[in-house]
Amino acid sequence: MTLVLAVVIGVLFAGGLYMMLRRNLVKILIGLLILGHAVNLLVFTLGRLVRGSPPLIPDGSVTLAPPFADPVPQALILTAIVISYSVTAFAIILLRQTYLSLGTEDLNLLRTTEMTMEDPASLDEPEPPA
Amino acid sequence: MAIPIAVLSGFLAAILAACARGRLLRISGWLLAVLSFSLTLYFLKLLVDLGSGPASRISIAWAPSLGLNFSFRADGLSLLFALLISGIGTLVVIYAGDYLKTDPHLNRFYAWLFIFMASMLGTVLSDNLILLFVFWELTSLSSFLLIGFNHEEEASRSAALQALLVTGLGGLVMLAGIVLLGATAGSFEISALLSQGAALKASPFYLPVLLLILFGAFTKSAQFPFHFWLPNAMQAPTPVSAYLHSATMVKAGIYLLARLSPLLGATTEWLYLVGGIGLATMLVGGFLSLLQTDLKRLLAYSTVSALGMIVLLLGLGSSLAVKAAMVLILAHALYKGALFLVAGAVDHESGMRDAARLGGLRKAMPVTAAAGALAALSMAGLPPTLGFIAKELFYETVLELKGWLVAAGFLAAVLTIYVGGVVGIEPFWGKPREMPKKAHEAPPGMWLGPVLLSGLGIIFGLVPQVVGSQVISHAVASSYGSSLDVKLSLWHGITPALVLSGITVLCGFGLFLARRTVRRAAQSLSWQWGPDWIYSQALKGLNGIAAWQTRLLQSGYLRIYLSVIILTTVVLVGSPLASSIPNITLPSIEARFYEVVLAVVIILATIFATRSRSRLAAVAAVGLVGTGLALIYLLYGAPDLAMIQFAIETLTVILLVLVIYKMPRFTRLTAPPERLADAFLAIAGGALMSLMVLVVTSYPQVLRQTPYYVEKSLTEAYGRNIVNVILVDFRALDTLGEITVLSASAVGVYALINLISPAVKEKIASLKRDQVVRSPMLRTSARLIMPLMLIFSIFLLLRGHNDLGGGFTGGVVASAAFMLDAIAANPATTRAKIYLKPRSLIGLGLLVALTSGVVAILSGLPFMTGLWLQESVSVLGKVGTPLIFDLGVYLVVIGVNLHILLNLMES
Repeated sequence: MTLVLAVVIGVLFAGGLYMMLRRNLVKILIGLLILGHAVNLLVFTLGRLVRGSPPLIPDGSVTLAPPFADPVPQALILTAIVISYSVTAFAIILLRQTYLSLGTEDLNLLRTTEMTMEDPASLDEPEPPA
Repeated sequence: MAIPIAVLSGFLAAILAACARGRLLRISGWLLAVLSFSLTLYFLKLLVDLGSGPASRISIAWAPSLGLNFSFRADGLSLLFALLISGIGTLVVIYAGDYLKTDPHLNRFYAWLFIFMASMLGTVLSDNLILLFVFWELTSLSSFLLIGFNHEEEASRSAALQALLVTGLGGLVMLAGIVLLGATAGSFEISALLSQGAALKASPFYLPVLLLILFGAFTKSAQFPFHFWLPNAMQAPTPVSAYLHSATMVKAGIYLLARLSPLLGATTEWLYLVGGIGLATMLVGGFLSLLQTDLKRLLAYSTVSALGMIVLLLGLGSSLAVKAAMVLILAHALYKGALFLVAGAVDHESGMRDAARLGGLRKAMPVTAAAGALAALSMAGLPPTLGFIAKELFYETVLELKGWLVAAGFLAAVLTIYVGGVVGIEPFWGKPREMPKKAHEAPPGMWLGPVLLSGLGIIFGLVPQVVGSQVISHAVASSYGSSLDVKLSLWHGITPALVLSGITVLCGFGLFLARRTVRRAAQSLSWQWGPDWIYSQALKGLNGIAAWQTRLLQSGYLRIYLSVIILTTVVLVGSPLASSIPNITLPSIEARFYEVVLAVVIILATIFATRSRSRLAAVAAVGLVGTGLALIYLLYGAPDLAMIQFAIETLTVILLVLVIYKMPRFTRLTAPPERLADAFLAIAGGALMSLMVLVVTSYPQVLRQTPYYVEKSLTEAYGRNIVNVILVDFRALDTLGEITVLSASAVGVYALINLISPAVKEKIASLKRDQVVRSPMLRTSARLIMPLMLIFSIFLLLRGHNDLGGGFTGGVVASAAFMLDAIAANPATTRAKIYLKPRSLIGLGLLVALTSGVVAILSGLPFMTGLWLQESVSVLGKVGTPLIFDLGVYLVVIGVNLHILLNLMES
């Protein structure tokens, strides 16, 4: 199974990186999401796979007998999921505001469409994407 | 204890002076003068004490493991310099009070001057080489600030930068030498090092140490070919030139040579390096002074020449030479300091300092004129001045050696007389001439310094025995390494040196008389390709390279940055990983059929997400990937992760759909070859990660923390869900940090949405569409499901410590419940249902979490220690502060989610 997950991780990273290399803002965002998944699965797999034994101490016992899944990577991933969610939320909103104010989702055009506060007229006709 | 206080008092004074304004500033000028005068008296007392006992030394441990101590030692050599620094410092402070009377930044000037003075005292009194280096660098920094005091002028700024770069480079090289020396000899304490000369000279590191340290000393003391910064540094206000660039800072390099000559000196290398550079500097400085008519630049070049002469003497290193060097250091500081101050007074009163156009100021400025004449007398080496004694000793030294050395010394002495005449005599004699300002006698503060300094030059010359036995002999003893009997006298009888002196004076006077011819000749000469030119070219080159590499690396395109990062990682991490490929052994955990199917689904969904031209389809595919991951977590013993992944995936998809819905379809923006290259790079990155997984999992797992958590989870933290216990108890501080980050992201989102220009807001409002879904079925079912979800979320929160769940999961489920409501009905009614504003909810959550940790402090335990009630509480079981902490997490998660999503829906 480790081999299978290694392949899955490789594909997730490749997909995420490829999307991060795009010019379209939405695609970059999707790349960010895929990369988040990739990293979480990477940490999970590196913490070794143990099938079906969650780190829960059963009733009537004071400690956990092996084999059990390592709780430390799980705690790390749990926080990582929540944090990457908040990063995603921030990125999504940033993306939206950029698109609404500048009228483009092409990264290359963002350099030339810098908005000036004195000149709201420049907003009226967004440059069409090349 | 008194020496460190004496050194550091200057830093304190600098802080006070920097804060002074108005009348207080005037007073603080005098207080500073009193301080440096008291320091002078203190050092005088130490010097007198030297006659009856050993040098006082004090050492306070700073970082002993690094060999770094606050060690100070006041022997003859240190005290000679300390007296020059504090004594001339006193006069310069008084002088500056009048010279810069109207300058709005006088307080700044005082502050920098005193930082310099304290650093300089530290340099000459340190008994630890590292400490000496620290003070040495501080003098470079304060010199930078002082040279650039008139920072509005481009010339001042570039001169300040030049001095800093040259002396700073030297300091850096010297540091390498110091470290090498310390490592070779086993100590950084100077007094301990001095006895190890023989061992060091036998070491193979002797030559590198010597070269590195000399580099530092030569740059600081403006030795050829680094002399060029000193004349340029004349952009500084004149008191600074007088103080730093003639009497003190430029002598720091000389101090270091004299200090270390018992350790490094008396070898062939020392003789040729130090003597040779000194000789070259002496002649170059002398000749270049002929080309100048600006009073300060004239003095600067003659200072370069005099520094060269002292370095030459130290390089020769005989007892007579060291004696001559010490007398010359004292004499030069006195007459050159005086002449700089005189030049400053002339400039201040007449408005110019071009020697060729000055003249006849004698009547208007009689006191200054007298001081100038006396100083010129000492500079020219005429009896009965200390300058005369110094020059006699110099001649005696070189007459014992080769003839051409005598010739070189003779030339330098003639040129020195010329400069003395042009600066000290020419402006005051002859016919009065037209000048920008009508000259008056300088104010008392400005003639006190020149008069005292030039007067001391005469007085010391008249009582040479006292100076010799009380001052010079101690300094010579430190520098030569053993005590010498020093008897200075004005009259030795008719000796070759005296005859040579006589000829020198005649020639020098002749040259002075022919000064107009000299200047005409000098005008036709000009050098362009000197070290100064090399410096500016090097600086230009450096800036050029910096600009070029910035343009190359900082393209501004995200994809190029990413490509560089990916490529670097693949190459650097990939090559060592590749060598481990043969060692790969897979853990014995077989894949079941449905797991392989799941993996294939995830892979296909990922590929689909990258290929799809529809945004919504891509988003759905990513959601599928997340769900697949959740299933893997579930299968491999992480039901907590699975639960939160499901919940978060739902929220993310809602968020994405809300936003992306309104954006256009994907268009292909890049050309196929570029896409192919990107794909290749991305696949290389992915392959690297796959390889890493295989290599890492081939090694046996080392569990460091897990056994502890597993053992203590129930017994000490009263929780059966170890993941949750880690989050809210073992690593609660990290979790507190994390929910703070969450809250910060909510603030960031708020700012992005609301703090935009009105024009953009208007535009966004015009684009606004109704986001509420008009579906009666959804509304009805939402009304039913939402309370159930909320109850479930509370259930998750409460049981999380012992079973699946916890604050994060519960919070996300509750957020999803509210979102369902907001989408089905509208955001406003949802807001009404929560009573609190989402941002208050965030604050409340943080407060709850923080309070749960503070409780422990109140009971005298470390922050965030879990406290538990002894008795179990009915359904809840054990109750303690970690559960309260989890409640805080729960509230923050709900608050952040609602804050982001509701704001987004409403804007």
